[in-house]
Amino acid sequence: MALDDRKSDFTFVGTRPNRPDGLDKVTGRAKFGADISAPGMLHGAILRSPHAHARIVKIDTSKAEAHKDVKAVVTRADFSDKVEFKPGLSGEFWNVLENVMASDKALYDGHAVAAVAATSALAARDALKLIEVEYEVLPHVTDVDKAMAPDAPIIREGAADYSVPEGMHPNVVRYHESGHGDVDAGFAEADLVIEDSFATEATHQGYIEPHACMGSLGSDGKGELWCTTQGHWIAQKTCAALLGIETSQLRVTASEIGGGFGGKTTVFIEPVALALSRKANRPVKIVMSRSEVFRATGPTASASMDIKIGMKKDGTITAAQGIFRLQGGAFPGAPGDMTAMCAFAPYNLTNVRQVGYDVMSNRPKQAAYRAPGAPMGAFAVESVLDELCNQLGLDPVDVRLKNAAHEGTKASYGPTYERIGLVETLEAAKAHPHYSAPLKPGQGRGISCGFWFNHGGETSVSLALSEDGSAQVMVGTPDIGGSRASMALMAAEVLGIPYENIRVTVADTATLGYNDVSHGSRVTYASGLATIKAARHAVEQLCARAAASWGIPADAVKWENGCAVPSGPNAGDFDPRPLADITAHMGATGGPISGHFEATPEGAGVSFGTHIVDAEVDPETGKTSITRYTVIQDAGKAIHPTYVEGQYQGGAAQGIGWALNEEYIYGDDGRLQNSIFLDYRIPVASDLPMIDTVIVEVPNPGHPFGVRGVGETGIVPPLAAIANAVSNAAGVRMKQLPMSPPRILAALKDNG
Amino acid sequence: MNYHSPASFAEASALAANATGITRFLAGGTDVLVQLRSELVTPETLIDIKKIDGVSDITQNADGSWTLGVAATGAEMSEHPTLGRDWPGVVEAMDLIGSTQIQGRATLTGNLCNGSPAADSVPAMVAAGVTVTVTGPGGDREVAVEDIPTGPGKTSLTKGELISAVHIPARGDNAGDAYLRFIPRTEMDIAVVGAGVSLRLDGDTVTEARVSLGAVAPTVLLVEDCAEAIIGSTLDDTALEALAAAASAACKPIDDKRGTIAFRTEVAGVLAKRAAKIAYARAKGEDL
Ligand SMILES: Cc1cc2nc3c(=O)[nH]c(=O)nc-3n(C[C@H](O)[C@H](O)[C@H](O)COP(=O)(O)OP(=O)(O)OC[C@H]3O[C@@H](n4cnc5c(N)ncnc54)[C@H](O)[C@@H]3O)c2cc1C
Repeated sequence: MALDDRKSDFTFVGTRPNRPDGLDKVTGRAKFGADISAPGMLHGAILRSPHAHARIVKIDTSKAEAHKDVKAVVTRADFSDKVEFKPGLSGEFWNVLENVMASDKALYDGHAVAAVAATSALAARDALKLIEVEYEVLPHVTDVDKAMAPDAPIIREGAADYSVPEGMHPNVVRYHESGHGDVDAGFAEADLVIEDSFATEATHQGYIEPHACMGSLGSDGKGELWCTTQGHWIAQKTCAALLGIETSQLRVTASEIGGGFGGKTTVFIEPVALALSRKANRPVKIVMSRSEVFRATGPTASASMDIKIGMKKDGTITAAQGIFRLQGGAFPGAPGDMTAMCAFAPYNLTNVRQVGYDVMSNRPKQAAYRAPGAPMGAFAVESVLDELCNQLGLDPVDVRLKNAAHEGTKASYGPTYERIGLVETLEAAKAHPHYSAPLKPGQGRGISCGFWFNHGGETSVSLALSEDGSAQVMVGTPDIGGSRASMALMAAEVLGIPYENIRVTVADTATLGYNDVSHGSRVTYASGLATIKAARHAVEQLCARAAASWGIPADAVKWENGCAVPSGPNAGDFDPRPLADITAHMGATGGPISGHFEATPEGAGVSFGTHIVDAEVDPETGKTSITRYTVIQDAGKAIHPTYVEGQYQGGAAQGIGWALNEEYIYGDDGRLQNSIFLDYRIPVASDLPMIDTVIVEVPNPGHPFGVRGVGETGIVPPLAAIANAVSNAAGVRMKQLPMSPPRILAALKDNG
Repeated sequence: MNYHSPASFAEASALAANATGITRFLAGGTDVLVQLRSELVTPETLIDIKKIDGVSDITQNADGSWTLGVAATGAEMSEHPTLGRDWPGVVEAMDLIGSTQIQGRATLTGNLCNGSPAADSVPAMVAAGVTVTVTGPGGDREVAVEDIPTGPGKTSLTKGELISAVHIPARGDNAGDAYLRFIPRTEMDIAVVGAGVSLRLDGDTVTEARVSLGAVAPTVLLVEDCAEAIIGSTLDDTALEALAAAASAACKPIDDKRGTIAFRTEVAGVLAKRAAKIAYARAKGEDL
């Protein structure tokens, strides 16, 4: 996109109006996943494996089926690879199906094996106890390093793809290697080389709203699905495939969503509700309990990593190498490649090499969690950088500035960067009062940079003008972070009408073209770009109508402050025609005026952030408190600054949880031990400091207003920044997350 | 499930004595209802004791001692104008439980009879020397709090028995108590270690002390060696170190998802010291 096409002075963009969905949410009127019901509706419940790994010898559903309140029971036999009209699902659809309902083996504690629909939620729950499942328990493995060891039980033979080198354990299913230069030569040039190993545990996205849906599917193959999701088109496509129906025959409506963070980009209960409905011939609602959410929906991957970095005395990085092993549950998909590609991406390196492994184990299928894979790698790499700075007596911001990637840098993962904002975030960090504030005894400061790619994706937006001059915008990306407000601001900017006169709706799959999921930090970028273009499309028609009324050519009219005006003195002397004046007559002047835009925009623009954290460690108990936190991140252009800040603060808050206390804890039996919020310790409000934010704006050349997505980068630096702060406070390098009090106290004792 | 709301403890006792299957008394229900909903415990008989006269009363007796009804909630204890002045440790331990919503329901007796080794109010009650009246088919008996729990989820109450009142001794002069717990977060968590201390001074010297630990053994511990470590001292560093060592030595913890043996053992000593210092300051009249 040409730079002169890009706007830089704004009327609406950059202001902070209330969100259009705010009133509904604070009054309880907003309808979330579980807020649905329909006449004749049944309640579904899912039976889950109590074993980490077991062969399913036999499932006897006869007693459940005989119960008077039970209207349907389904097992894997009721899905499309087992029914006659669509045998042989393959690829990711097969993986999702296998996750949604086990076939011959239960692959993790919590894996679905059967489901019932009954006349009440209680009856459904009780009916599960009538289903008899005979299991043959198999050896299991839940740890990533153990899952790669020669004697590890095999989760599924033949799951590896072409990328995996000969001789690896069958649980290694994907391999990534990239980089440039000669790392050995680079290490030889270094004054100091540090090599160390790091580990992180799996964490859950922890969205407040459990998965919930209601599905209805008739014997005619036509269906309706209501669900809480980050992407209803992917739900439509996947459910249709899993049930063997045509995609367009399933209409999916996204409810209001109580958080997703990547975890609601796939389906779990939706195909089950539809399968039950098809059998019972009635709508079926399923709502997960929190324990089901923990046991059976996507946590992030756990990681084991080896990092080696060489540095000169002046802070120049001479070479960097990382090996990243990620466990993503009983299916391919752990983002070992993403971890590898992001780990060194903030730096301008001559010699860099990164290797990523995708490893299967007996855990739930990992799902995306904000910048999937990137936070773990940043934790390992930025910890080693911090240690290098400490040992060489260098300032950690200066060292990062010295090595920072900029426009023209060949990225560690291959491409050459366009205009990026890392240096600006580091300069803002250096200038921030936080960075120079004195620390109290017992406190430590940590900093870290972070990188995420950002994503474009298939996008359709439709905009229709009303006779009274108001506008309705239909987008296909569920609003997980205030995006309806941002869309309205961007449409207002183009149309020149007030924010309040625009209503943005998340359209269902039957009313708009395909839209990729609300993920990859893409919504404000891609749906925003499409909204701008759709609005411009409408403006072209508004100008044409004015031109016709004035009897001058369409290109002699331009759009200014919400009015059609002659483009110059030569075009003639006519009074400006406001939007509402044109729309009032649109029926008689050519018909309704709408704008559309469909594309897969490619210019998402990578994003960088720098975080500063102060931590205090109680040396007698190992308890950490985060005393100060500052997030600095490049937003390209902040459309609605409050929601940009919200994304930054949310990243920091989730990062604090991941760094300090959140973890999946498995017993020797391979069962998840902490599947409730009591023992899965996300931060409570009083655990968090006020999180300060600085929005850096280095416009993205790929967006008309300069937007870069901000939803994910914010969770990349926290693990490392907090680990560096804690390590500096405790005087001992913490290499394993979470840095729970027992781990810190043990490290302090080991350190003498 | 059968639900009863008797009008007297005798009636409640008779109902429990004649009930079959799993029986639970319903005080605040913050354990019972949570266990019911998560399918951990599905009682056949539920006996609600909140309709019995006087069960929410908090009364100071003529001798300065206190009698609390078994349905008096955490919020009612915290809001009481003088109870917290006498026994700040007991009140703050109860106040640590859950959130505002939970505080409006939760009771000392429920916390005790649920039988969790990590129950917060229990070490504070043990340190304070609290006793309870147990009403059963054979009449009433007085039992020290430390004699109620017998293991995780288990109590010494026999079939048909329930607690009908809680007695906190008169505080007397120059005395103070305190309770501290360790949790990895700042609230809404379960004690990894708890320590309650109650002591009395003569001048600067500790003359009486009771030290109790929670979450470090199958039941709450009343640790004589801890008391001995500080009685006769001015709570100087040597006494505090001896207290910590005695506390750690008394621990018989487990490794679990909430903490390790090594961690619990170490932190029990740390918390005992810290709680003792607060109780000492309170005994000296400092407002903590
Ligand atoms: C969100 C949440 C947070 C919590 N946080 C904490 C915490 O921080 N610390 C903590 O220690 N606990 C905590 N709890 C647990 C619980 O709130 C406490 O144990 C509370 O004190 C229980 O009191 P209750 O009156 O609600 O008991 P109930 O649930 O009514 O009863 C608990 C048990 O006591 C028995 N019982 C009740 N009354 C009598 C009686 N008169 N005689 C004999 N037996 C009786 C019942 O049969 C039952 O077994 C929490 C619970 C929740 C839900």
